[in-house]
Amino acid sequence: MTQPQPASSRPPALELRGITKRFPGVVANDSVDLTVDGGEVLALLGENGAGKSTLISILYGLYQPDEGTVSLGGQPVRIGSPAEARKLGIGLVPQHPLLVSRHSVAENLALGGGQASRGGGLFPARGVAGRVRELSEKYGLEVDPTARVSDLSPGEKQRVEIIRALLGGARVLILDEPTSVLTPQEASGLFRVMRELRADGRSLIFISHKLDEVLDVADRVTVLRRGRVVGGVPTAGATRESLAELMVGRGVDFTRKRGAALARGEVLLDVQNLTASGSRGLPALRGVGFTLGRGEVLGVAGIAGNGQSELVEVLAGLHPARGTITLDGQPLTGGAEARFQGGVAHIPEDRIHSGTVPSMTVADNLALRGYGRSPLARGLARDLKATDERARQDVEHYSVATPGIHTPSRLLSGGNIQKLILARELHGQPKLILAVHPTYGLDIGATDQVHRVLLERTNEGAGVLLVSEDLDELLSLSDRIGVMVGGELRGPFPVSEVTRESLGLLMGGAHPHSIPGAGQGVVA
Amino acid sequence: MDNIVVEALIRALAVGTPLLLACLGAIINERGGVVNLGVEGMMAVGALAAFAVASSSPDANLWLAVGASMLAGAALASLHAVATVTLRANQFVSGLALALIGTGAAGLLGKKFEGLPLFNKVADWNLGGFVINPFTVAALLLAAALAFYLNSTRSGLTLRSVGENPAAADVLGVNVGAVRIWAVLAGGSLSGLAGAFLALSYRASWADNMTAGLGWIAVALVIFVGWRPLRAVLGALFFGFLYYLQFRLQGNSPIPTEVFNAMPFILVLVVLALAGLRGQQGDAPAGLGRAYVRGER
Ligand SMILES: Nc1ncnc2c1ncn2[C@@H]1O[C@H](COP(=O)(O)OP(=O)(O)OP(=O)(O)O)[C@@H](O)[C@H]1O
Ligand SMILES: [Mg+2]
Repeated sequence: MTQPQPASSRPPALELRGITKRFPGVVANDSVDLTVDGGEVLALLGENGAGKSTLISILYGLYQPDEGTVSLGGQPVRIGSPAEARKLGIGLVPQHPLLVSRHSVAENLALGGGQASRGGGLFPARGVAGRVRELSEKYGLEVDPTARVSDLSPGEKQRVEIIRALLGGARVLILDEPTSVLTPQEASGLFRVMRELRADGRSLIFISHKLDEVLDVADRVTVLRRGRVVGGVPTAGATRESLAELMVGRGVDFTRKRGAALARGEVLLDVQNLTASGSRGLPALRGVGFTLGRGEVLGVAGIAGNGQSELVEVLAGLHPARGTITLDGQPLTGGAEARFQGGVAHIPEDRIHSGTVPSMTVADNLALRGYGRSPLARGLARDLKATDERARQDVEHYSVATPGIHTPSRLLSGGNIQKLILARELHGQPKLILAVHPTYGLDIGATDQVHRVLLERTNEGAGVLLVSEDLDELLSLSDRIGVMVGGELRGPFPVSEVTRESLGLLMGGAHPHSIPGAGQGVVA
Repeated sequence: MDNIVVEALIRALAVGTPLLLACLGAIINERGGVVNLGVEGMMAVGALAAFAVASSSPDANLWLAVGASMLAGAALASLHAVATVTLRANQFVSGLALALIGTGAAGLLGKKFEGLPLFNKVADWNLGGFVINPFTVAALLLAAALAFYLNSTRSGLTLRSVGENPAAADVLGVNVGAVRIWAVLAGGSLSGLAGAFLALSYRASWADNMTAGLGWIAVALVIFVGWRPLRAVLGALFFGFLYYLQFRLQGNSPIPTEVFNAMPFILVLVVLALAGLRGQQGDAPAGLGRAYVRGER
C-alpha cells in the first residue's frame, strides 16, 4: 500500500509521529507528533516534568520509544544508541555537559571518532585542533582546544558540546536548556551561533523556560503538557503572555512581584569584613560587608566564580572564613546543622548532589533536615508514619510531580527536585533564607510559585539573600542589589537605582562611579 | 659499603619486577574504570601455569611457559570481567573472590608440582657487566609502552575516557563494556606474567603461597603511583627495596617471624597511608569502581 505524497511538499528534515514513552507510574510522552524543517529553529516548551528531556532522549537514542516512529527527510529510522543518532546527523547539547573533565578540549573532541578523527591512531588530539579553529571561526564559537575541561566556564563547556556535534556532522542539533547556566552575554553569543547554524540550513530544537529567549531565537514553538502536545504556534505574533498561557493553561503575571522597595526595617543580618579562600587557595571573599534587614530581599548578582557561592557557603556554615556575622544580634557560629536550627535555610547551588541524595526516596529526602528530632522521630527511632505524612503534605503543598513519595528522587525531573528542596528548607520558620539560583531550570509556573513562597516568608519577617544569574529575577524580587566582582561586593544599591544594563556593566568589573544612574545613592 | 648498595638495588629490582608487572596490569584495568582486587590470585595461577609447562619436560619451551601464565591470568580475570562488566556485580566483592579462588585453585592444583625441579630457568642477561633479568627488561619496556599508549594513542584515549566518564564515551559510540572487558583481560595477563617471573626465575620452583602478598602490594601501589605507568617504576623499586630490607632484618633480629609474615599487609597499609598523605586518591579515574548502566539518572 503506497500513500501518494503531494509532489510540492518536501518531507520535513525531522518528523516524530505518535511517540509514546511510559515509565513506571507516568506516561512521559503520550503520542507526540512534532516536525522541524531545515533552516528552522523549533522551541520545545513545557512545564517541569512535561516530558521534554524524555522526548529528546528518544531522539538521541538514549531511550527507545514504546510506540511511534522517527523519520529523517521522510525516511523512517531506528535510533538504537547515541552513536547511531550521531551517524544519522542528530547532535545533542545536553542540559548537563557530558565531557571528561580531566581531559583537554581536544582530547574530548577526538574521542569516539566522527569526522574529527581523520588520521591514524596516534596523537588523536593533534588533528582535532585545526578543525576546531576552523569551526570556531566560521560560527564564532571561541574555545581553546588545549584547555582542560575542568577549567572551563559553563558557557565554554557548552561550546565544546556544540563543536562536538558539528564535528560529528549534525544536521539536526538539539539544545536542552542551553541558557540556564549562561550569563546574559554568553546567552546572546549562543543565539548568534544558533542563527548562523540556521542560516546554514541546519535544523535546531531548543528547550528553554525563558520565554523572551524563545521569542528572540525560535521560528516556531511546540508546547508539551503532561506528555502531550497541546499546541504549536509560530513565534511571529506570539507574546510572552500567550506562550505562558499555552504552557500552563492559565494566565501568568509578569509584572514586578515586589511592590515598592521596602522601608528598611531592623537589621537582621550583619556581615562585617568577611574574608575567605576558595577551593584553590585563592582568596574568594575579600572583606565583604553588608546588612540585611528584616523582611528584606537582598539580591546578589555576578558572573559565576566571583565569590557568590563562597559567600553563601560561609553564611550556611559550610566554608570557613574570617570576619564577623551576627544574626538577630547573636553571633552566627557553628556548623551547618546548628545554623539551620538557628533559623538559616539554605537552597544550594548544586541541587542534585548537595541538595538531595539522589538514590533516596522523596520522603527521606524531605526528612533530611530533622529526621532525628520530634516530630519525625520518637526517642531513637524514626517515626516513619510522621515522615510519610509530612512528605505527602509537602508534595501536595509545593506540587512536586512525582509518581509517589517512595520514588527515588533521582527519577524526578530537574524542576521537581528543586521544589523538593524548597519544601524541606522552608519548613519551620527560617529567619534567613539563602537562596542560590532558586529557580534554575524551573518552568514559569514553578518559578512564580517559588517567588511567591519566598516573598511570603519576607512578609513574616524573614530576610532573603538571593543569588541569581537571572537579572530579571533579581530586579523583580529584590529591594537592594549588590554585585560580586573578584570577591568584593559592590553596593548594595536600591533597586530603583539600577537597571539591567548597569548591573551587566558592574558584573563585568566597571566601577560604580563610571556608570550613570548607579552608585549615587549608595548606602555604605 | 658499595657492595651493599648494589646488592640492595639488585634485590629491589628483583622484587620490584613482579610488583611492576602486576601494577601495570592493574593500571590498565583501573584506567578503564574497573578495580580488580584479585591480583594475588591471578599471579598465583600465572605462576602455576608457567611452572607446569616449564617442568613438563627437560626441553620445555620457556616462551610457551610465559604464554601459559598470561593466558591463565587472563582466564581467571575473565570471571571478573563477566561478573563486574556484564553482570554489573560489585567490583570489590568480585575481586576479593577472585583472589581467594586463584590462590586456592593454584594451591590445590599445584600439590603435585611441589618440590619438582625446573629443568631450565629464565637466566639473567649479562649486559656488559650489568646483570639484569629479562622479565625486568620487559617490565621496564612495558611501563614506557603503556605510558605512550595511554597518553598518545587513540585507543589509550578511549580507555581513559571510559574510566573517567563512561557515559560521555558511550554517547560517542564507544562500546564501554567491550573496552572494559579487554582492559580486565589485559590486566589479568600481566598479573599472570608477574607470576611467571616468580616461578621461572625468582624462585625457580613451585610452592604454595609463593606470591606471598605481592599481589596485594601491587594493588595498593597503583594508588601510590597515581595510576601512572612511569611512576610505577619508581614505586615498584621503592617497595622492592622495603621488601628487601624486611628480608635482611629477618635474619638477624629478635622480632618474631610472625611480624615479618604480616609485613606485606603492613606495607599495603603504609602504601595507602602515604598515598593519602600526598592527596593521591584524587587522581583516581572518576568512574573507577562503578558499573556503567546507560541512561541511568
Ligand atoms: N528514567 C526514568 N524513570 C522513571 N521516570 C522518569 C524517568 N525519566 C523521566 N521520568 C519521569 O517522566 C516525566 C518527564 O520527565 P522529563 O525529564 O522528560 O521532564 P522535562 O520536561 O524535561 O522537565 P524539566 O523541565 O524539569 O527538565 C517526569 O514525571 C519524570 O519524573
Ligand atoms: Mg529536562
